[in-house]
Amino acid sequence: MSYNKKRNLMGYLYISPWIIGFLIFTLYPFAMTFIYSFCNYSITKSPVFIGLGNYITMFTKDMYFWPSLINTIKYVLMTVPLKLCFALFVAMILNVDIKGVNVFRTTYYLPSIFGGSVALSVIWKFLFMDNGIMNKFLSYFHIHGPSWLGNPHISLFTISLLSVWEFGSSMVIFLAALKQVPNELYEASMLDGASKIRRFFSITLPMISPVLLFNLVMQTINAFQEFTGPYVITGGGPMNSTYVYSMLIYDNAFRYFRMGYSSALSWILFLLILIVTVIIFKSSNTWVYYENGGR
Amino acid sequence: MKAKNSQRNDIIRKVFIYVLLVAFGIFMIYPLLWVFASSFKSNDEIFKSLSLIPKHIVTNSYFEGWKGTGQYSFGTFILNSITLVVPVVVFTAISSTIVAYGFARFEFPLKTILFTLMISTMMLPGTAVLIPRYILFNWLGWINTYKPFIVPALFGTTPFFIFMMVQFLRGLPKELEESATIDGCNSFQILMKILIPLCKPAIISMCIFQFIWTWNDFFNPLIYINSVEKYTVSLGLNMTIDGTSVVNWNQIMAMTIISMIPSIIIFFSAQKYFVEGIATTGLKN
Repeated sequence: MSYNKKRNLMGYLYISPWIIGFLIFTLYPFAMTFIYSFCNYSITKSPVFIGLGNYITMFTKDMYFWPSLINTIKYVLMTVPLKLCFALFVAMILNVDIKGVNVFRTTYYLPSIFGGSVALSVIWKFLFMDNGIMNKFLSYFHIHGPSWLGNPHISLFTISLLSVWEFGSSMVIFLAALKQVPNELYEASMLDGASKIRRFFSITLPMISPVLLFNLVMQTINAFQEFTGPYVITGGGPMNSTYVYSMLIYDNAFRYFRMGYSSALSWILFLLILIVTVIIFKSSNTWVYYENGGR
Repeated sequence: MKAKNSQRNDIIRKVFIYVLLVAFGIFMIYPLLWVFASSFKSNDEIFKSLSLIPKHIVTNSYFEGWKGTGQYSFGTFILNSITLVVPVVVFTAISSTIVAYGFARFEFPLKTILFTLMISTMMLPGTAVLIPRYILFNWLGWINTYKPFIVPALFGTTPFFIFMMVQFLRGLPKELEESATIDGCNSFQILMKILIPLCKPAIISMCIFQFIWTWNDFFNPLIYINSVEKYTVSLGLNMTIDGTSVVNWNQIMAMTIISMIPSIIIFFSAQKYFVEGIATTGLKN
């Protein structure tokens, strides 16, 4: 065997764990989600093909489908922009040359190391309970705080703030990107008399736009699948105002063992995420700037 | 005069930034500090004030909380979490490094396609594979064991880490490997003797990430583990909130703090790698 062929084989050998894992734990389940979605399948009996039955039930009969989908979309729309703006804003403040910046960076990052944990959800509950510390704090200013988790109009917002609190990893990514922006650009624009706001929109934002795209896509995908926060803090209530789509999938799959139906639900969520991701990528042609002219 | 003025402006600006940073920092971590302080307060005191200093220091919250409500103590949950997390971390590090080596240092047919495929699975939402995976593991009899976590880790199922390692390996010069080849080292020896020592920072940050993510994970243990005896920390904590009578706030807070300690230790002992890790993967996308 020639040297090159042998080397090719070695390459395959090294990536073979991933190929096996991909086939068994990703490709096969992915295909089966699609197939099961056309079946009536409770885990104890074998699946029975029922055509579009699950989808018809979902769109017409399931009283939880539309509310949970709308809750999830609301959640994504509240969480992602707020989190990214917050992360970028803090990264810009931290991108200054003063002593002790690392200490602040660590402090701001701290909540994120517990990202998605039950512990943070428990803390959030204590923070926003009716007699929790937020309302205690407001009472010092003689403000009677709302029922953050008990009022169905604001409960979802209160939970989305928990995710905003975990802005650390987006912040660190922004910070690294901000450090890459060449100083000459700012110097030149200052000579031209550009204002701070102008500099932000004409230099900073275009230069970090690839990273903004990355953060936007990843955060959007995650937000669509949020589960722990609403499950632990409110259990979906009050009046299903925080009953998000992942909880609907969870309940159908692991409470009622409707595997076919929950596969159909999963498939719809997957398509929704796919469409949103594609739209973001398509639109990125107009707002993401690549220094080397795009790859 | 002008120079003096601008110097003074500079100082004012810096003071302003410091005040802003400190105020914001307090705002960020106050909830964590308050829960820590409250775990030492008596239950009557907890919601009466925002103070971070308990009036009477109470420690039985930790003892009582640790004992738990049922027959299993919080110690069981911690041990369970360690039994689950450690193999996951070790296997992820090994499999991801080997696969990344294959992608970064070998040319073979279909490599570009496979690599693109690997990257695109990074964006595949977990929900798209959730149910058949559960059915598969159920069929294999792996429900209520830690195998659904540990076995996939052997096969590089977190593409994020493979990608991170590939990026890191691509940044390393090839000269050393070339001279080692001339000296008669085979590719596996090169990986073990030359590349792995050089990859140490990337491997450490991968381990930290995987540790923290798996430790914090709630959804997967919730579906795969169903006997309390095998509960992980996150499940145990969730049960504590459900099961404790409403008055025992300080016990819940104490166990919340306990559940966070491993992540804190890992974070502070290897902070440098942690932050660098996120930055490199995010940037080079």
